[in-house]
Formats: sequence, structure tokens, C-alpha cells
Amino acid sequence: MARPLDTITAARELGAQSLRSSPRSRWLRFLLADKKATAGLVVLTIITFAAVFAPLVAPHDPTAMAFEFLEKPSLTHPLGTDDLNRDLFSRIVHGARISLFVGLSTVFISLVIGVTLGLLAGYYGGLLDNIIMRYIDLLWAFPNFIIAVYLVAIFGTGLSNVIVAVSLAFIDDFARIARGMVLSLKEKEYVEGARSLGASDARIILRHILPNSLPPLIVQATVSISYAILAEAGLSFLGLGVKSSTPTWGLILSDARSFISRAWWLGVFPGLAIMLTVLSINFLGDWLRDVLDVREQAEEPQH
Amino acid sequence: MTVYLIKRSFYALVVMWAVATLVFFMLRAVPGDPIQAMLFDIGDPAAAEELNRKFGLDRPIYVQYFLWFKEVLRGNLGNSLYGSHVAVSRIIAEAFPRTMSLAVLSFIVALLLAVPAGIVSAIKRNSALDHTLTFAAFVGLSMPDFWVAILLIILFAVNLNWLPAIGYSPLSEGFWPWLSHLIMPAIAVGTAFSAIMARMIRSAMLEVLKTDYIQVARSKGLAERKIVLKHAFRNALIPVVTVIGIAFALLMAGAVIVENVFAIKGLGRVLIQGILNRDYTVVQGAILVVSAIFVFSNLIVDALYTVIDPRIRVGR
Repeated sequence: MARPLDTITAARELGAQSLRSSPRSRWLRFLLADKKATAGLVVLTIITFAAVFAPLVAPHDPTAMAFEFLEKPSLTHPLGTDDLNRDLFSRIVHGARISLFVGLSTVFISLVIGVTLGLLAGYYGGLLDNIIMRYIDLLWAFPNFIIAVYLVAIFGTGLSNVIVAVSLAFIDDFARIARGMVLSLKEKEYVEGARSLGASDARIILRHILPNSLPPLIVQATVSISYAILAEAGLSFLGLGVKSSTPTWGLILSDARSFISRAWWLGVFPGLAIMLTVLSINFLGDWLRDVLDVREQAEEPQH
Repeated sequence: MTVYLIKRSFYALVVMWAVATLVFFMLRAVPGDPIQAMLFDIGDPAAAEELNRKFGLDRPIYVQYFLWFKEVLRGNLGNSLYGSHVAVSRIIAEAFPRTMSLAVLSFIVALLLAVPAGIVSAIKRNSALDHTLTFAAFVGLSMPDFWVAILLIILFAVNLNWLPAIGYSPLSEGFWPWLSHLIMPAIAVGTAFSAIMARMIRSAMLEVLKTDYIQVARSKGLAERKIVLKHAFRNALIPVVTVIGIAFALLMAGAVIVENVFAIKGLGRVLIQGILNRDYTVVQGAILVVSAIFVFSNLIVDALYTVIDPRIRVGR
């Protein structure tokens, strides 16, 4: 996955090597050295806080309606209201819950499945490797978002199907990284050593190979979360995701389409929420890439 | 090289076959499949029975598969399940030029933004301008394309009234109507790609500017403009060509969403409308064609590399 955004190299120059063995407080100092990553962390913390405590943060019930509608941003409704006079700010705050939940849960699922497949394929090789990798290659031939659309076409629409579809669509990224790491670590002396001491395959994989594969997987997971959030928003926007009154950022924007000629705030703010979230995650991901010293892989970006 | 290309072509065909087969069986294996749903909607058992026969749904699944596959090979993708049962191949033939117009224009827009931005970033490395462009690239990558589309509509269609908000006008009916309908979708689709492209050009330029032949050109006293454009940029283009494959993936995926914002009846809109209407012959056909575009554009890009950069031939 190429996100060729080589930015702040300060952290790397400060010594990514020494960082790994350093106490935790130094991580924070390195984070603060990167302004974009600091800003990303602050924004993301605020959004996460708002999502977790949505009922307390939101000034209004996100589904409460009234007779007036499409009110401009004001003191009572900081971001205005929609066609059913529901408070836009409250809807966006509640929408953060679903966006973050889908982003985190789908990446967790595809991380677990993808890493398992990649580790098995790389470690055992042979026929198993062949079967797994043909499947991964098939996924790899298409952008993640397109795979997710295909899967929704097969499974049907709805939030749970969107989660399944997005999870399955992102597996290939993790599987390829995990397999590549196994192949490079398998022949290392310490793995040979463990094997000659009679360690089981499971122990070698879990204790010796997996921990050393973590840095590129962490960076990939961070990047994938931002793409998963974009994918969910896209699917909801197309009407393939959640229906009903549940506010999600993609759905709020989708509903807004009919009213943007009269109410610009409906078209601007939900997208701004998506952008700020994704941008913050991308800044953090870029910083992690530098700190963990993960080289860019010249592979296709998945959108 | 020929062996390599034959191998790649064969692989492309296998991928296409796998996609076609997987989609055919999975659409039918999932409980509550669209056909059943549609038959249920009709409510009349006799009519449902007739429809079953008409679409051959009363035959064993493997027979259906072979019959379907035979027709696909002949270019027949079946008929839409709804309305006047238009041939899917006709729907797609009408949609195809729209999506291609959008993809090509998006590509041009992305290049127009990315090439100057990438070159300037590289020459003025670490300047305020470079940092601003880096930040802009991050923002460009983080904006959902459908949101860019909505912002453009609010600005240029609603407030300034310069451009039509939705629709499509074929090129045969004039260049300006075509362009005015497509320019906003093209910017929306091209934004993310131009961000990636600008960063690629920047790092490729930085690599090239370090090389000996640029130093030589400089010591010869060549004008800086000439060095940058003639010597550096041309060579920086080689690694940049590799992103053209990525371009297709991004532009097509973007088109799927953005076509729906602007109500352009391209492949993406056909696919999504098919899914929403549970019109599974349309979905099947659209998936096949969209997949074919990815697989064969990758194949063409692979073939192009070997032509553009002879060094690649050795490695394969």
C-alpha cells in the first residue's frame, strides 16, 4: 500500500532504533516533535471522547424532530438542523460512534483473519500457501472499496453486511504483509534455534515470528482504519449501509443531497467530520511509519 | 518478455473466470437470494412459475451455470429482471463511454494538479510552499470523493450557478456541454489520485536531482529551467508511470461513487442501482465488466512497463 507521503523525518533522524528500547515517556516526546501527529492525536482524542460520551456531549436528541426545518447554524443549533429539524451537531456526534466502531471492528476482523492466513501460508508453504495466496491474489486484483461493493451486492445491504464486506475486503493487505514477514524471518537463527530446541510450530509462530512482524502490521492497521472509515461512509452514502434513523456520517451526507441548494451546512459539516477523522489517523499513521522505521512498500494503494 | 506477457494474459483470463464463477454461485448461494425475493414480490404462483421457466431458474444450478457461461462468452449478459427487460449488454454499452469519459478527464485533472505541485515541491524542498503542498496532499487523500463532489456542487452549481449540478451530455453533442457536466465529477474523482501522484513526482524528482548527470548539466551552465524540465522531469517520469495502474483502480473506484452523486448513468451507477433494485443480472453483468476493466488495464500497464523501461525485461 503506497501512501508515498514522506514527511517529517525528524523522528527517524532522532533515532528510531534507540526508540524501541526506550521508556514509554520518550514516545510522547517523539510524538510531540511531530506537529501533524500531535494535532492528529488531539483531534482524534476529542472525536473518540465525543463518540463514547455521545448522549452527554450532544445538546439534543439526534432523532428529535420539530415543525420548523433547515434552520441555519445558531446558538441553540451550532451546526444548524436538517429537513426534519434534527440537530446536525448531535447527529454528527452520534454518527461518530458508528464510523469509529465500523472502522475499528472491520480492521480488527481483517487483521486477525489476514494475519492468520498470511502466517499459515508463509510458514507451511506448499499447497496451503498456494491455495491461500491464489485467493489473496484475487482480492488484490481489485481496489478494496470495489471488493466491498461486490460483497454487499452478494450479501445484501445493511450495517452488519457492510461490516462483513469491509472486513473481508481488507484481508489481502494484512495477509501479504504477514506472509512476507514470515518468509524473511523463518530462516533467522533464533527461529532455527527455537526449532532445534523442540518448540512447536504454534510457539515459533506466536512467540518468535508474530512479535517481530508487528511494526509493519501496526502501520498497515492504522492506514486501513482510515480507509475502512471512508469505505463505510461511501457505502452508507450510496444507500448500501445502514438505513433508518441511525445517523452515520455517510448517511447524513446522502440525506443532505436533496437540500444542499437551501442548506449548505448539511453538505459541509458531516464531510468535515469524516475528513478530520481520516486526516488525523493518516497523520498518526505517517508518524508511526517513521518511528517504527517501516519502509514504504511500492504496492498499490487501496481505496 | 513474450513468455511473460503470455503468462500474464493467461493469468488475467483466469482471474476473470474466477470472478465470473464466484459471483454467479455466490449470488445464488446466499439465503434470501434476489430471485426468490423477486418471485415472492410477485405473489402470483403461476406468474412466478412462468418467470422461473423464462429465466431457466427451474433447471439444476450447474446447468444454469454452463448455459450462462456460454452466453457470456458470446457477449450476451442476459436481460434486466425489471422494467422492459432491456439487454444488460445494451445498458452497459451505453454506460461504458460515460465512465470512460469521466476516468480520462479525472486523469487529466489529476495530472494538471500533480505535475506542477510535485516539481515545485521537489525544487523548493522543505520550503514553506513544499510544506503547504504536503499538507494539501494529506488533506486531498483524506477527503471522501463524494464530499468533494457535494462541496463543488454547493459552490459552482448552487451559489455561482456556473455549472449544471447533475447529468451528462455526450461528446457528440458538443465539447462544452460535455465538459461542463463532467468537470466537477472529474475533480471529485481526481483529487485523491492527484495527491498520491504529486508525492510520487516529488520523491522521484528528488532522486533524479541528486544524480551525476544533473550535476554535469548544472556544471555545464545549463539554465535551471532546462535542467528541471528536460533532464530531471523526463527521467522522474519512469517511476511515475508505475502509478498509472493505480490510477485506473482509484479512478474507477471513485467513479462508482461520484457517478451516483451527479446522476451520471455510468457503470458505477448501473452497478449500484442494480444492487439497490436487486436486479441480479444487471449486477452480475456490471461486476463482470468493471472487473474486466481492472484486470485488462493492469495487463496493459504491465506490457507498457516493458516497453518504457527496458531494464524491467531482464528481471522477469
